[in-house]
Amino acid sequence: MEKSYIVKQISIFSENRPGRLAAIAGALRDAKINIFAFSIAEANGFGVVRALVDRPEDAHRTLTDLGFRVSFTDVIGVKMRDEPGGLSEVASVLGDAGINIEYAYAYSGRDGAVLILRVDQVEDAVRQILDRGGELLKASLFR
Amino acid sequence: METIRPEELADLQLKRLKWTLRQAQEVGLYQRKFKEAGVSPDDIKTLDDVEKLPFTYKKELQAGYPFGLFAVRLKEIIRIHTTSGTTGKPTVVGYTRQDLENWSDLIARNMTMIGLGEDDIFQNAVNYGLFTGGLGFHYGAEKVGMTVIPSATGNTRRQIEMIEDFGVTVLHCTPSYALHLAEVAESMGKTLDSLRIGIFGAEPWSENTRAELERRLGVKAYDSYGLSEMYGPGVAFECPERNGLHLWHDCYLAEIIDPKTGERLAPGERGELVITPLVKEALPLVRYRTGDVTRLIDDGCACGRGQKIERITGRSDDMLVIRGINVFPSQIEHVLRSLPEVGEQFMVYVDRTRHLDEMTIEVEMSRAGFSGELQDLARVQRKIAGELHNTLGLRTAVKLVEPGSLPRFEGKAKRVIDRRGAV
Repeated sequence: MEKSYIVKQISIFSENRPGRLAAIAGALRDAKINIFAFSIAEANGFGVVRALVDRPEDAHRTLTDLGFRVSFTDVIGVKMRDEPGGLSEVASVLGDAGINIEYAYAYSGRDGAVLILRVDQVEDAVRQILDRGGELLKASLFR
Repeated sequence: METIRPEELADLQLKRLKWTLRQAQEVGLYQRKFKEAGVSPDDIKTLDDVEKLPFTYKKELQAGYPFGLFAVRLKEIIRIHTTSGTTGKPTVVGYTRQDLENWSDLIARNMTMIGLGEDDIFQNAVNYGLFTGGLGFHYGAEKVGMTVIPSATGNTRRQIEMIEDFGVTVLHCTPSYALHLAEVAESMGKTLDSLRIGIFGAEPWSENTRAELERRLGVKAYDSYGLSEMYGPGVAFECPERNGLHLWHDCYLAEIIDPKTGERLAPGERGELVITPLVKEALPLVRYRTGDVTRLIDDGCACGRGQKIERITGRSDDMLVIRGINVFPSQIEHVLRSLPEVGEQFMVYVDRTRHLDEMTIEVEMSRAGFSGELQDLARVQRKIAGELHNTLGLRTAVKLVEPGSLPRFEGKAKRVIDRRGAV
């Protein structure tokens, strides 16, 4: 049951230099892959581009074929009300459930806002959030 | 000894060469090499006969790791130093009591030559561990009777305070560290008035740097040359003329060869320095390829001492000198190839930032090395830097780069870009 809420994020290793994001985004465009959300995490001279896309398997293959180092990471998407207090509600749920966030990023689309989370114990987190009335993105949205 | 007449010197060299070859016969490597070359120590009747003998290469010293090249029993060896090797394993140098005596005599000879004595206070700001420059100069300076401060490296402000507070007259360090020290002293508003002599070595440096060091530190700057395989520093040294380095021919038989053909070059031509040490007991060597490029200077020196070599102008191989530490690109390759997290390709960049050498190594990520998590990448980066530090004895900056982003080479790879100007 919990598994149906675990979403595959693609993580792409990227050097910290101009044009790298353009190369990744261009490859996804050419493969007609839609990006729902993405973020860039940066460390000493390199970074990881994290993206939620409509076809993660295709994105993985496309980018790998181009020589990128790509891997899947399990994340969950918590739906938020797209109005003041939306993040606060969700954050309270996470706090009450004792879920530790490794990293998070968010997007706001047609169907409302979503907070994407990377957590340690993903199945446990899914259960805790659902138990407290939280709403999660279904993995089936992503082919 | 320093002004020995040429014919007496030749007699002494021949006598000592014969002794060295007998000593070398105690070593399996030389028994084999002499046999392969079809020569026996008895065939060496004149100094020119040395050309019949085979060369010795650094990689052969490493192959004998750790004690395979010692000509004496281990209990007669009272000190070990090591130096970086070309393929991961270090070169081990052993010293008998007599070797240490010979070595400190040579250093003392150098220091006396430039007018140092009991009244001098000597700060030895080089690494005191396995690096030969520390203990080598330490014992030589004590032999001369100087007041020795074994300050070693690091903590530049403390070094400067000691120079001031102890009234240090002589400083020994690498030229790049000396420039750094000058800069820090200036920022502290210290003029280091007591300093009068600077001895600089372990890395090549230019006449421009000499002028700069002399101006900023208020010293007369002298060049020192040596290599661990020949005890360490003390092989050759500048006299007050400072126009070439006096090589101590009673202890080292020098030849200049074409590094490609191995042929001996005409007098005065520039090529690779090949040395046969004449008094080494524990680690006798025959025609050792130093890799250092220089020439023998024909004109006599105004000071009356023996034939000089020109200051070292480069290397005949790919060895780099980084903050006084010898680094071979093959060592870096060896470390990287043993790590599954990184791919085949790498590049090495050497820069000089505020007078200190910095080495940056770019490595491509391998598929195995990428979990998708940023902190794992940081861990890989630290692991690579840690492994390199273990092998090279040097801190490096490691940059992870994307696969396929580094240049590929057809034929001989050029993986090292040295962006330092001459020091």
